[in-house]
Amino acid sequence: MVIQALAFYLFAGILVVSALMVITARNPVHSVLFLILGFFNAAGIFILLGAEFIAMILVIVYVGAVAVLFLFVVMMLDINFADLRKGGMQYIPLGIVIGGILLFEFVTIYTYWQFSPDVIQNAALPMSGFGDAQNSEALGLVLYTDYIFPFQMSGLILFVAMIGAIVLTHRTRPGIRKQKVSDQHARKASDVLEVKKISSGTGA
Amino acid sequence: METLVNISMTHFLILAGIIFTVGVFGIFLNRKNVIVILMSIELMLLAVNINFITFSAYLDDLVGQVFVMFILTVAAAEAAIGLAILVVFFRNKGSIAVEDLSEMKG
Repeated sequence: MVIQALAFYLFAGILVVSALMVITARNPVHSVLFLILGFFNAAGIFILLGAEFIAMILVIVYVGAVAVLFLFVVMMLDINFADLRKGGMQYIPLGIVIGGILLFEFVTIYTYWQFSPDVIQNAALPMSGFGDAQNSEALGLVLYTDYIFPFQMSGLILFVAMIGAIVLTHRTRPGIRKQKVSDQHARKASDVLEVKKISSGTGA
Repeated sequence: METLVNISMTHFLILAGIIFTVGVFGIFLNRKNVIVILMSIELMLLAVNINFITFSAYLDDLVGQVFVMFILTVAAAEAAIGLAILVVFFRNKGSIAVEDLSEMKG
């Protein structure tokens, strides 16, 4: 159908342009914003391919977490980005050569790629085996059964990453005034309060 | 479950190839800026994901989509750790230039 082709070219075009803007934008905040735009369009591509659940995960995880993390770091660190751009130009010819070769190889391989007709039978989890189940339901049916061990392992990876990030960025700052409840409770009136007897008539 | 399409598989694969190349080129273009290099790596991972989903859709195999979830997990963890290292490095050095990073080797 024409609409599918139109949608594909729309999403793909915006995705490529925003990817180019990510690497060429002068201001890294703009880079992150173009990255977010690119992820949204990649989610559109995934929906075209029938992977709705992954598309939603892409929006939630990448846009909601990773890109916002990038944005947070870019804005939090006070970096002089103009200095970072100086002198980087000498690598551009090398980059164009390597990128050109890479792109040429990709296009050549993908254009002339042909599958043997019975490759479909090699599918480990053929989608037709799930009957009427939608994409999310089918993923859930395998993710929590056949792939429960890798699934738990990915949770462990996230856990380790979380601990690592906290340990790396945690620091004890000297000189900050913090409420210490135990100290407050241990404080006695006899330690801090002195009652003086003043005889009558000598006070001011 | 209905997969598409009258757009051929080659279109999606070449799209993924272009995104991957843009990511590689971004590393050359922004050799000094670690943040943009990390974003280029995210772009390359996205290209890999597009490849996985394309093969999954056209070869009628759900495993590709399962593995994309694991790649997303690893990418999220990598971004978190990378940015944490970046923040600590910036606190110590006051800069994020790549050539200064070589001082980190022990």
